[in-house]
Amino acid sequence: MDRAQVIKQLQAIVPADAIISDPAGCRPYETDGLTAIRQQPWLVVLPETEAQVVAVVKLCAELRLPLVPRGAGTGLSGGARPHEQGILLGLSRMGKILELDPVRALARLEPGVRNLAISEAAAAHGLYYAPDPSSQIACSIGGNVAENSGGVHCLKYGLTVHNVTGVRVVMADGEVLELGGGSLDEPGLDLLALLCGSEGMLGIVTEVTVRLLPAPAVRQVLMAAFARVEDAAEAVSAVIADGIVPAGLEMMDQLAIAAAEDFVHAGYPRDAAAMLLCELDGVLAEVELDASRVQALFESCGATQVEHAVDPQAQARLWLGRKSAFPAVGRLAPDYYCMDGTIPRAELASVLNVIGDLSRKYGLRVANVFHAGDGNLHPLILYDANRDGELARAEAFGADILRACVVAGGTITGEHGVGVEKLDGMCVQFPPAALAQFDRVKAALDPDGILNPGKGIPTPSRCAEVGGMHVHGNRAPFAGLPRF
Amino acid sequence: MIRAGDSDDGARIVAAVEQAAAARKPLLVVGQGSKAERFAPPVAAARAERLSTLDHCGVLHYAPDELVLEARAGTPLAEIEALLARHHQVLPFEPPRLRGAGTLGGAVAAGLSGPARPWRGSIRDAVLGVELVNGLGERLRFGGRVVKNVAGYDLSRLQVGAFGAFGCLLSIAVRVLPAPTLTVTVHQSVTSEAALAQLAHLPARALPLTGTAFVDGRLSLRLAGAPRAVLAAAADLGGERVEGDLLWPALRDQQHDFFRPGDVRWRASLPPGTGALPGDAQALLEWGGAQRWYRAADAADAGNERLRGTDLAELGSAVRAAGGSLVPFAAVPWAQVSGPRAALQTRLRRAFDPHDLFSEAAG
Repeated sequence: MDRAQVIKQLQAIVPADAIISDPAGCRPYETDGLTAIRQQPWLVVLPETEAQVVAVVKLCAELRLPLVPRGAGTGLSGGARPHEQGILLGLSRMGKILELDPVRALARLEPGVRNLAISEAAAAHGLYYAPDPSSQIACSIGGNVAENSGGVHCLKYGLTVHNVTGVRVVMADGEVLELGGGSLDEPGLDLLALLCGSEGMLGIVTEVTVRLLPAPAVRQVLMAAFARVEDAAEAVSAVIADGIVPAGLEMMDQLAIAAAEDFVHAGYPRDAAAMLLCELDGVLAEVELDASRVQALFESCGATQVEHAVDPQAQARLWLGRKSAFPAVGRLAPDYYCMDGTIPRAELASVLNVIGDLSRKYGLRVANVFHAGDGNLHPLILYDANRDGELARAEAFGADILRACVVAGGTITGEHGVGVEKLDGMCVQFPPAALAQFDRVKAALDPDGILNPGKGIPTPSRCAEVGGMHVHGNRAPFAGLPRF
Repeated sequence: MIRAGDSDDGARIVAAVEQAAAARKPLLVVGQGSKAERFAPPVAAARAERLSTLDHCGVLHYAPDELVLEARAGTPLAEIEALLARHHQVLPFEPPRLRGAGTLGGAVAAGLSGPARPWRGSIRDAVLGVELVNGLGERLRFGGRVVKNVAGYDLSRLQVGAFGAFGCLLSIAVRVLPAPTLTVTVHQSVTSEAALAQLAHLPARALPLTGTAFVDGRLSLRLAGAPRAVLAAAADLGGERVEGDLLWPALRDQQHDFFRPGDVRWRASLPPGTGALPGDAQALLEWGGAQRWYRAADAADAGNERLRGTDLAELGSAVRAAGGSLVPFAAVPWAQVSGPRAALQTRLRRAFDPHDLFSEAAG
């Protein structure tokens, strides 16, 4: 394919400054949040309107050119890795909030709008957008749709799929579909659900309508320390079994707690085997009632210490430790490897034991930080890439953790997506017939396979190796971006 | 015959699908048959071979402290709801028990949600995973028992409302919620315009609402949750207060007088906050006004296109102008599309069922 020819055809479709072909200009697009995976783009195109997106897609369809969509490029699985002979389509210039309806509590957005910007705009009306992935100051709503992003508060408020009411999407042939409309349902199959989490492989989203919620009247946080991990896991189950659905329920193990406390001095119990952070929100009467129930449950499960934070400063202090956990752990070793998997809550204690055994087997320390309420784990494997064989051991350790998640009845990815990093994990989680079913679905919507090829679904012959987010020298990709 | 308890009929179901695939013979999946009157099956269903799910029943996994329940498709809803009730939990989507019956598989396939839909989410929002047999006779699992799962395409949520077009559901895992401690209904006598105006402003207020209905000049609002919040909201809204009102099961199951057989003609699905439309005064308005049912002018005449209180064409225009859809009561919703979207749906269906075993009977 002649690149100059393609550039010429693109110049008829988008403004000249929307086409980037020089190496320096392309460099920021070489990688996403998974910086271990780099690929120089063949061409970068940055459309500003849906019409431009349609025209670019149609051109790619005509030329059978691979097309890799990219939101803010904060993804952690390499889903936005460019194709060496394709177009990297960045949606960041489509960043307008088109409409915010405070009465109907809806916001209509271009795909490049930052997740946090939605809540910031809605705040003036006492509303907010609930799904809050940790990268929310930078990640885009279009990317959130592609990954079906979650966050701390998805325990109570759901994933992106539960909070999006409609999209406009450009299909692989350039056709624009409007899914979901404004109603609670519409005639037709649920293509909107299919699109959420499809990692840019089934269509390019050009508009998203999201549901806004009234900001809770009150928020309170409880922090509890436990002498045994099993006690903390039991406490998590006890809270849910009691009929309480916290806004957030997070757990950290001893290594993570100590690292966070040394880093930000949040007042954490340094010597506790495990710590829980439980956020409750709602009207004052309900929150107060739930807080006292949660405290009692924590104590009945053996909590050695419980702190109940009512005022915003105390809450912020407690959250700071959890939100600083990744960089805090990153100070403990030259490199860390962040995994992402989900398991049923009941398996928490046993999977943590397995992780502990693996840590001894591989001779590498691991800190555990997770969204305990929904069983979404983020083990952080510490290693030194400069030491012979440690990287390989870290990767093998990570692969074993993901295998353990699948064995425990969970999944290889709770929120980061498959991208390229977890293609091998897909082989562990799904039998060949299921992978073939995924392939046929893809073929039905993108027969020429031009949308984000090589991502998400492994080819049948692929061997098993799992991966994660590498961090070298405690400099995470997007170092200014919170990761927790 | 409704089988209680635990029975695994998976092997027979797979074999039946394999045989149908080999013979290119269409299949009609039937649970308790509770949807048969509600949705008019296409003519093709008459020559389809019936595939019963009733012997594939039983709860496979229920963890109250994980808010997850997984059951075989033929499990009666009544059995599931009784089990959940013993643990003070509920199916958040309140599936209708049409004709007093229904299985979990049927609920998911039909994709109907009850009065709590805008506040507790739809069935699709609650589905975590499915096992199904596709049109190739392959037994496949998608999703699982956990909410946070982004591995692969979301083929489990895709099943909701598909009327089995992708294959026969064998089992479904759903998220359940704690049962509310107190449920109270308030009733107000108002016009449909006043009701809709009030309903339009509800989303931005933090009220513990789980249902709204306007019919025959009366607006009913169901509040559920912690007693203090519920009673405060009831006082705030005003009106006659009733605890444990049977209005809601009657609406859920379409047993309410409004749904006298033959009477209801059309269903509108509208953006929340949509104002008054022609004929609303004689209609049943649910879901904060987002779901509206319209009756025929003359119940005796099956082909009658006149609606009570309005003209069909006028209503259709108004619904479309509001950004909603108006669909005949008995029509299978997923098939009511045309053009590129319909073509795409056909390709997608055939990705599961290349010989169209399941679609003829599904609509």
